[in-house]
Amino acid sequence: MSENNELILAIETSCDETAVAIVKGGTEILSNVVASQIESHKRFGGVVPEVASRHHVEQITIVLEEALEQAGVTIEEITAVAVTEGPGLVGALLIGVNAAKALAFAHNLPLVPVHHIAGHIYANRLVKEMEFPLLSLVVSGGHTELIYMKEHGSYEVIGETRDDAAGEAYDKVARTINLPYPGGPHIDRLAEVGEATIDLPRAWLEPDSYDFSFSGLKSAVINTVHNASQRGQEIRPEDLAASFQASVIEVLVEKTARAAKEYGVKQVLLAGGVAANKGLRKALEERFKDANCELVIPPLFLCTDNAAMIAAAGYIEYKKGKRAELTLNGVPGLDIEA
Amino acid sequence: MKVLAIDTSNLVMGIAVTDGEKVIGEYITNLKKNHSIRVMPAIHDLLSELNISPQSLDRIVVARGPGSYTGVRIGVTIAKTLAWTLKKELVGVSSLEVLAQNGKHFEGLVVPLFDARRTQVYTGLYGKRNGVFQSIEPDQLILIEDWLEQLKERNLPISFFGNDVALHRPVIQEMLGEAALFGSMADHNPRPSELAILGLSKKPEEVHTFVPSYLQLAEAEAKWLASKEK
Ligand SMILES: [Zn+2]
Repeated sequence: MSENNELILAIETSCDETAVAIVKGGTEILSNVVASQIESHKRFGGVVPEVASRHHVEQITIVLEEALEQAGVTIEEITAVAVTEGPGLVGALLIGVNAAKALAFAHNLPLVPVHHIAGHIYANRLVKEMEFPLLSLVVSGGHTELIYMKEHGSYEVIGETRDDAAGEAYDKVARTINLPYPGGPHIDRLAEVGEATIDLPRAWLEPDSYDFSFSGLKSAVINTVHNASQRGQEIRPEDLAASFQASVIEVLVEKTARAAKEYGVKQVLLAGGVAANKGLRKALEERFKDANCELVIPPLFLCTDNAAMIAAAGYIEYKKGKRAELTLNGVPGLDIEA
Repeated sequence: MKVLAIDTSNLVMGIAVTDGEKVIGEYITNLKKNHSIRVMPAIHDLLSELNISPQSLDRIVVARGPGSYTGVRIGVTIAKTLAWTLKKELVGVSSLEVLAQNGKHFEGLVVPLFDARRTQVYTGLYGKRNGVFQSIEPDQLILIEDWLEQLKERNLPISFFGNDVALHRPVIQEMLGEAALFGSMADHNPRPSELAILGLSKKPEEVHTFVPSYLQLAEAEAKWLASKEK
């Protein structure tokens, strides 16, 4: 077997998607199966951890089988099993971790633990080779981070949210204007046709900080809606969405651009579920049009939670010799820098 | 036939291996420690001590609950994955039925019991019928007092099994008096060898659709259903 033919089977169950993928040589997707639970969680207006864990148990072997079938490979051909160790919902992580351990044990395969955010970043490598140093803007339901990478598998968090994640703020604002869960895509859709006419704050924090804060913005939106309704005024949801989105995006894009310049990176990678946001994509493309670094944005299906990204990150860890024992556990607050 | 039995449904973690008519290995702990960390190493160690490869197993038997939701899922996930990937038979057994086996040689009725908080218990009623030890009342989640009310009407000696019985012993004694029996310290851990034996007598199930037996809905789901009925 030549050096780049290793097949990584990866499992991802950190939140509400049961996902298994098989990736060849770290970059070639042979299969990428995602069983989404979103329809089930919609009725609760958000992901219910116990319900998510139950669905994972129901789906896990079905998704495993489909991933092997679609890839046209047998388990005997797999080189290593990668799995999301954390962060995420602990009960959900445990399903993937224990399935991965059982597989590794049954076939005497190396077991490779993967950080979920490393996975989101490595989704990029499935479409474009990475060039270091690079900067990744990670934006998802649970994360808003700027991560600097000087080489493969090395992560330095240079900025992170001090309160809500961007995706969380999207969901809360969506609830305020009665949009269904999950709110992010709805706000993005409304923002496209609305106008950013409402003045909302931008949290720049200290001048040299790459940290984020979205709770003030979220409160400002709630207050604006509340005050308007008390005065009997009507706010167009489209305009509110556009104004909110403009504030979020301006801060994200500006801090990313500033960090990219200061760190002299060759690439800027967008990662995480919020990377599906059209407004954010457009603003980043605009801002980096003339920059002397390359902007990489993965296709939508690789931005949301999936296991191909875990396989891509797992491949690097596998090559570096990282292995987990059968004592591997799900770690809800796993640190990417550790 | 070689059988691997796995029980992580409650605090007691049990692994057993049977070969033909013999129990050849059994591992039991009763500790407040993380099953997710310990169960795969325990399976690995027991099988390697017995010199049995995963491939040479014929059947995987798992305690499917009731019990701790997370605990039940760990055992079921491992059992499903092993059975699926090794193409072996998968059998699920009630965790209460496993515990009840500790009383199969006692006279009278047998009540296995796990605490379910808020004065509720997971329990069932077992005993001999036509000479065969079996379930008499289905496993259920019930308030301990309501359950004891029902048991009292049976007018028979009843033995209680399970480490959580100690929590409820005062109320059991108060309501059943002399009719309640409690066994000894060694009678309260569910035995994985009994799980394996029960698993031999039951039909294998479809791996993909196999689910734990929680005996209750997730809280959010129950609330959602209740709100829909209004
Ligand atoms: Zn994610």
